[in-house]
Amino acid sequence: MELTWELVAFLGFAVMTLGSGLMVVTSSNLFHSVLFLMTSLFGVAGLFVLLVAPFLAAIQVLVYIGAIAVLMLFVIMLTRQVMSRPELYNQQMAGALVAAAILFLALLFVLTPLADEIGGDVAQVNAEVIAEADDAPDVDYITVEELGRAFVTRNGFVLPFEVTSILLTAAMIGAIVVAREDEA
Amino acid sequence: MELNQWAFVGVFFVLAWAFPLAPIVLNRLVAPSRPNKIKTDIYECGVETVGDAWGQMKVQYYLYAIIFLVFDIEMVFLFPWAVAYGAIGMSAYLAGAVFILLLLEGLLYAWRKGALEWT
Amino acid sequence: MEQLYIDLENYLGIGTDSVPEVVRLAIAVLVLGTIFLLAPILTIWVERKVAARFQNRIGPNRTGPYGLLQSFADVLKLIGKEQIMPAHADRIPFLFAPLLMVVSVIMITAVIPLMPNYIGADLSIGALYFVAIGSLSTIAVVMAGWGSNNKYALLGAFRTVAQLISYEIPLVFSLLVPVLFAGTMSMVGITQAQADLDYWYIFLAPASFLIFLFSNLAEIGRTPFDLLEAESELVAGYQIEYSAMPWGMFMLSEFLHAFLIGPLVAVLFLGGWDGPFAEDVPVLGVVYLVIKSMAVYFLGMWMRATLPRFRIDQLMEFNWKFLVPLSIANLLIASFLWELFPEPAGGGLVDNFPRFIVMGGSSLFTLMVGLEFLRRKSVEDRERIARLIDEKNYPLATADQTGVAGD
Repeated sequence: MELTWELVAFLGFAVMTLGSGLMVVTSSNLFHSVLFLMTSLFGVAGLFVLLVAPFLAAIQVLVYIGAIAVLMLFVIMLTRQVMSRPELYNQQMAGALVAAAILFLALLFVLTPLADEIGGDVAQVNAEVIAEADDAPDVDYITVEELGRAFVTRNGFVLPFEVTSILLTAAMIGAIVVAREDEA
Repeated sequence: MELNQWAFVGVFFVLAWAFPLAPIVLNRLVAPSRPNKIKTDIYECGVETVGDAWGQMKVQYYLYAIIFLVFDIEMVFLFPWAVAYGAIGMSAYLAGAVFILLLLEGLLYAWRKGALEWT
Repeated sequence: MEQLYIDLENYLGIGTDSVPEVVRLAIAVLVLGTIFLLAPILTIWVERKVAARFQNRIGPNRTGPYGLLQSFADVLKLIGKEQIMPAHADRIPFLFAPLLMVVSVIMITAVIPLMPNYIGADLSIGALYFVAIGSLSTIAVVMAGWGSNNKYALLGAFRTVAQLISYEIPLVFSLLVPVLFAGTMSMVGITQAQADLDYWYIFLAPASFLIFLFSNLAEIGRTPFDLLEAESELVAGYQIEYSAMPWGMFMLSEFLHAFLIGPLVAVLFLGGWDGPFAEDVPVLGVVYLVIKSMAVYFLGMWMRATLPRFRIDQLMEFNWKFLVPLSIANLLIASFLWELFPEPAGGGLVDNFPRFIVMGGSSLFTLMVGLEFLRRKSVEDRERIARLIDEKNYPLATADQTGVAGD
């Protein structure tokens, strides 16, 4: 396998994602867990960039790191004893291992045929891109504009688009109701 | 090509750490380091510190964060809408306006319920 | 920056392919980063001089001609200072925070078009990129506040985060307007669209311009939005336990970010490098960009020198009950009129005159209506407080006024 900079970047982001993902679950300090989670999410954003999905990468940083992780920070600061060190391991180790193994196998079964199906094409396209770096072929990526067009055209996704708005409003109202009740 | 542009950002992200690190390390090397118990104590206006700072915060922060989160996700949808806007016409405006007004309703609810007050 | 090293290599007379890609990128990054990191040394001097004039003082005048070397003296002093680590600090977040703070700000420079063909990275999502990268500074603030293990620092950090995330909403809503006009999120595309139009988006959406400017000023946390370091309440906010260069890095990132508002506003609303002959003589583009940036920077300094600090509850209400609804209304109106008055075939200033009047006028009208509501509300509030003081015979400082209550 040739060592291109894309591969180096991929390996870097993969290690970043998985390594900090592991630290999230093994760290006994809640605050550190959230920080590692942010690092992990940042790695995912990098992977999105490598897949030429920059919009998703920006969203990943903006929404997941900038909003959801910050929300988590606020939530852990709401708990009464932030610094209490909970027991990390419980008695269901064996069951968890079995479940993890089954899930992993299931993923493998789903992903392997997909990888064969898509992987070949992608490898070929990549080879072409590298071969003719200067006049790269127009790989058919979905642009942000097409996405936007799909949101608002009638035979696109205009209904799901509006329903999303209702869902978001409902989420906001729900959170306010719950938080207010908690206070009273 | 897009990915070539991102290569610049990638290299930037790796090298950017050197910009703040260099003066800090230089400072470390040049400046004296003579810590003592008083000096490394936490500064809380001269009052002796009681316990850790890591205590409970109030619920208001959570409320702001959740409202912010909802609006942030709204942005995710509005950016593609704005980019595609010029090419589509009035139907795009209607779809976007309904989307935004629905969320404005949520903001008004929060306002009415006093969730936006800093109490 | 592709153009930079092609020009550079032509100038030096070496072949384009003689240097590996990574080295070329690294050189471009170092050049860009160094230019922008040295800018604050100058702008700090400018800011001190201007602030001094606002307050009828002279400002720094001892070190070098006109005190120009003052910032260098400050840097030398900081290098000689001792770095103090609080005994019970959470060490890794504490040390990491100033680094992340600077990185989150310096990375913004990658998407600023300096002149035609000169940009770090022409990303298709440039406008979203700088918001996303900027949101990393939130994390740096929390890490600093938490790592210090200081009650003031943590409280300051959480207030700061609440402020930063709140003001991101009007920022993005007003950012959507130029994106919608240009039909692209690329910073190069937005500049080019304005250059092609021969006029700037500030004329079409002055309200968006102002909202974007204010929410950016709030994002960097300068007066009147400097609650994060409210000395009288929180001593210095999340920076309290920092000393020497790590503290200097927080200062650097603040000044750098303040300076970067200029180019960002200039690119989005003032045409970036656009100006007479800029397309033929690219160097003029940089000059125009710097002039526009400094004009915007001056607005920030003016506000900083004039206005007193907000109270935390005023700060939040100003955002959620004024800027957010206003920016949403502005987006709805601007996009509606953009659809209603399509660009006339001729282009140019004269053909577009009715469009200016209608779009700019309604944008300003929206702003005026909003301000009138704000004025009435604040008069009402002041009268209410005055009545309260009268009735209960309170001493002057009620909890409502000091703003410290309730944390």
